[in-house]
Amino acid sequence: MKKLTTALAGSLVALAASVSASSADKLTLYCSAQEDWCQLMARSFEDATGIDVNMTRKSSGETFAQIRAEASNPKGDVWWGGTGDPHLQAAEEGLTMEYVSPMREQLHDWAISQAESAGNRTIGIYSGALGYGYNTELLASNNLPEPSCWKDLLKPEFKGHVQMANPNSSGTAYTTLASMVQIFGEDEGFEFMKGLHKNINQYTKSGSAPIKAAGRGENTIGIVFMHDAVAQAVAGFPIKVVAPCEGTGYEIGSMSIIEGARNLDEAKAFYDWALSVDAQNLALQVNAFQVPSNMGASTSESAPDMSLIKLIDYDFRKYGSSDERKRLLQKWDEDVSTLPQ
Amino acid sequence: MRVASDTKTTHPVLIFWIAAGWVGFFLLPWYMVEDGLWSFRWLFDGYPFDEDYAPAAFLVGQGEKLWLAPLILPLVLPLIVVRRVKSDPLFARILIVAGALGFGWLIAQGFGIGIRGFNYDWLRALFGDLGDRQFGMGYGAMLCATSFLFLLTQGIAARGAINGDVFVVGAIGGIITIVTAFVFFPIAKMLFAAFVTEDGAYSIAVFFSKFFDDRLWGLGCLAGGRCGAAWNSLFLAIAVGFITTVLGLAFALVVTRSGFRYKRALRALTVLPIITPPFVIGLALILLFGLSGTVTQFVADLLGTQPTRWLYGLPGVLIAQTLAFTPIAFLVLIGVVEGVSPSMEEAAQTLRANKWDTFRTVSLPLMRPGLANAFLLGFIESMADFGNPLVLGGNFDVLSTEIFFAIVGAQYDQGRAAVLAMVLLFFTLSAFFLQRAWLGKKSYTTVTGKGDAGVHPLMPTGLSVPVLVVALGWALFTVIVYAMIIYGSVVELWGVDNSLTFKHYVTAFSLRIEEEGIRWTGAAWDSFWTTIMIAAIAAPLTAAVGLVTAYLLTRQSFAGKSAFEFGTMLSFAIPGTVIGVSYILAFNVPPIEITGTGVILVVSFIFRNMPVGVRAGIASMSQLDRSLDESSLTLGANSWQTFRRVILPLLRPAILAALVYSFVRAMTAISAVIFLVSAEYDMATSYIIGRVENNDYGLAIAYSTTLIFVMLAAVGLLQVLVGRVRIGRRTHHATEKTG
Repeated sequence: MKKLTTALAGSLVALAASVSASSADKLTLYCSAQEDWCQLMARSFEDATGIDVNMTRKSSGETFAQIRAEASNPKGDVWWGGTGDPHLQAAEEGLTMEYVSPMREQLHDWAISQAESAGNRTIGIYSGALGYGYNTELLASNNLPEPSCWKDLLKPEFKGHVQMANPNSSGTAYTTLASMVQIFGEDEGFEFMKGLHKNINQYTKSGSAPIKAAGRGENTIGIVFMHDAVAQAVAGFPIKVVAPCEGTGYEIGSMSIIEGARNLDEAKAFYDWALSVDAQNLALQVNAFQVPSNMGASTSESAPDMSLIKLIDYDFRKYGSSDERKRLLQKWDEDVSTLPQ
Repeated sequence: MRVASDTKTTHPVLIFWIAAGWVGFFLLPWYMVEDGLWSFRWLFDGYPFDEDYAPAAFLVGQGEKLWLAPLILPLVLPLIVVRRVKSDPLFARILIVAGALGFGWLIAQGFGIGIRGFNYDWLRALFGDLGDRQFGMGYGAMLCATSFLFLLTQGIAARGAINGDVFVVGAIGGIITIVTAFVFFPIAKMLFAAFVTEDGAYSIAVFFSKFFDDRLWGLGCLAGGRCGAAWNSLFLAIAVGFITTVLGLAFALVVTRSGFRYKRALRALTVLPIITPPFVIGLALILLFGLSGTVTQFVADLLGTQPTRWLYGLPGVLIAQTLAFTPIAFLVLIGVVEGVSPSMEEAAQTLRANKWDTFRTVSLPLMRPGLANAFLLGFIESMADFGNPLVLGGNFDVLSTEIFFAIVGAQYDQGRAAVLAMVLLFFTLSAFFLQRAWLGKKSYTTVTGKGDAGVHPLMPTGLSVPVLVVALGWALFTVIVYAMIIYGSVVELWGVDNSLTFKHYVTAFSLRIEEEGIRWTGAAWDSFWTTIMIAAIAAPLTAAVGLVTAYLLTRQSFAGKSAFEFGTMLSFAIPGTVIGVSYILAFNVPPIEITGTGVILVVSFIFRNMPVGVRAGIASMSQLDRSLDESSLTLGANSWQTFRRVILPLLRPAILAALVYSFVRAMTAISAVIFLVSAEYDMATSYIIGRVENNDYGLAIAYSTTLIFVMLAAVGLLQVLVGRVRIGRRTHHATEKTG
């Protein structure tokens, strides 16, 4: 017991000392990328600047909800990562703050146009194109032809071999739906979804689940973001990544400063740092195969080469708005998901 | 017997709670200390004058937070009665007034004034803008609230409620308060969301439009299409409840009433699935029966057919849930099967009933409370299960996953989640009432204070053969599944590269011994220690709350008992996903502001798992004859002593069940946890899910395997600590043979 009390007293003294020694610089980071990437970003920023980072990782939907709930008493400073739609929505609702970073001229055009479409309240930090991946072994054992276009997936021999997420629950699948509408036009796009529906073996809940199932040999073709498919291939699964010939849509992972941030200077420091080459190169360490927004940042050799992918001019403003989203989802629910398979 | 205490004029319990209230108000920081419950930084950082750390008295003294000042009155008031006798009417009256006033005012100010000043427009209209705000309650406020509560219950007891029994009234008051705060309040807050339109107004129409949704109640599966999530969940839960009860009973009979030689191994085996983190069974089943699974491929080659995805959907979820929940049924049934008094069975046999008749007409009916409880647990576990449908569900939608994705998915529809949660609650509550109706008011008492010796008869042969076959077959299946899991943790990349390696264990649990001590370099250590700590804190609290509740329900009668039972039962019927969401909604703002802390995890575990303690306690206590308590009371013990000295020792099986269950569940739960973890307090299961999401199956399974062994050790330790159950007459069949 005596030992315990001395130990306790000792640690209290140490605590008190550390309190007086530590500076007041701190930053509350809301992170919506994968866990290890978030951790790495937080720790590296601490190392680079000495500012303490208190990081919370949640999905972009959850984070958006949290920022909205805390609007009158913001607790977070910066929101880093996650797909662009909720960032745009937050900008629309004035939950995030206008900021023009001095790092801007180093960025790709798509990152800047993301900022401009939101009145500079957000900015692109990485992007990833939509596509699909297939399990080469399963394809061979079922004697299936190698698909290379979106329309290839409609072939009757792929019946029961294709998986995608449910657009109602997954942002990835909604991007797919919106991309098809933009590539083929609304009517033909929905005809495509109906044809695809016949070949789908399961609408998964989470966006990247189809390609994981393909990796394990539980599914042949998964419609996902290409960087997710690449991650499977790099992990050793027999996955081949396809950039569809008709062109494809993409997401822009974004970053925003929260309106009313308590540590505004630190938030700006993080914002600028996160756009730097050094910070964006960290993605390579955690097998994140998205394309970084800084032109000088290096892209993994395994990452899909964006210059070879035919990207459509994705209208983030229109298809990110909640009215259009609701309309498309409802149409999909009524016209597509109810059809027999 | 209480004459002695009536004339006493010193009341140690009363003085204790008065002092506690004073400490809470004058010494401890009133508001939540931001650095965490165990941080004592506040002691050196401006205490007691700094506004963030000051006790209420110092705040008021400095002219801050003046709405706390009225609390001084109920703190002083009880001092009047300290020297009075209990029978004095003033004694009761003053305590009731002080307790109710203090507690009521605490709650009123807590909800009335929040982080933005007044929380309600009418308050603002009445008093103008407050120009001040307050954060969540801290040590001081909590202690004060507790003190007021127990002053109130002592006052009520002094007025003669429950024969003036201070312990019982206090226990009832305490349980009602915490169940209200941590079950009713969050659930009510969540369910309100079902009636909120998109612009924040309230409307019944919204509820109906979401309720009569085809995705919920569609009956397409009868015509070859897909059914709604509600029907799927209901059908699945009934099937799982039934199958797990039958299997659990088979195991319990083999262990207690057969000459089977490897009972211990069988018993250990049935514990395995309960200590397995979620996802793992699902992944193992995929490896065995999935499209590329070993068994599927083998059968396809054998029959020359194409392998199919038959596992995904109802079959897979059913198998996984049966694997996972049979042990729960077993744990409930083993106590009851052991508890059936051999005297009854001997009496039947003396009356010339044969073994089969004895079993059918005496033993089985006496096991009815156990069977009903086992079915109910299986039903509810299945309803609430989240991990297995997520991995194996395919297009078979169930309520629990639908709720989750209604909230975190792209639709972000809290109202829909609330409606789904209501449907789920309706199912589980209905099951509960049906169970009660089936049990009826019959007595299942078999353990009386009277001499009761003998051993259980063996099962009739006609029964023992099929029971043994079923139990052993299932046991074999379990062994295969677990062998796959261990195998999966030592291969390079599961299903692709099968070379053996220990690298996953090294990544997760490596450590370096340096001069300053051990450096925990593995990736899993943080979440591992957090999990152990939270589980170790939650388990005893859960068992205590559960057993006290069971005691009150079976042994005491008081006004509003059925409402009280409904309250504890409600927490029983709520699935984890609902708890998780509702806790976020309720505890993200003052007066109880605990999201992002370890406290919210502990609290959620207590109220999520307490029902098992209650069920186990009720099942065991309904077998203990009341004459045992009565003789203790007649001999002058009070109800607390009776509870501690007589009932508790006889309840060891129930205590063990509650402790083991809550410890293990705290380590393996996922559905509520996934909403409640934070960067600082990450739990093992959410870490594992993160790994699974990140393709690190090897690491996920290696971590899970380690957790399984840790829990095995912990369960063994608990068994030793609580002590083996020894209810007088019990002797094993082995000794019967020798004797």
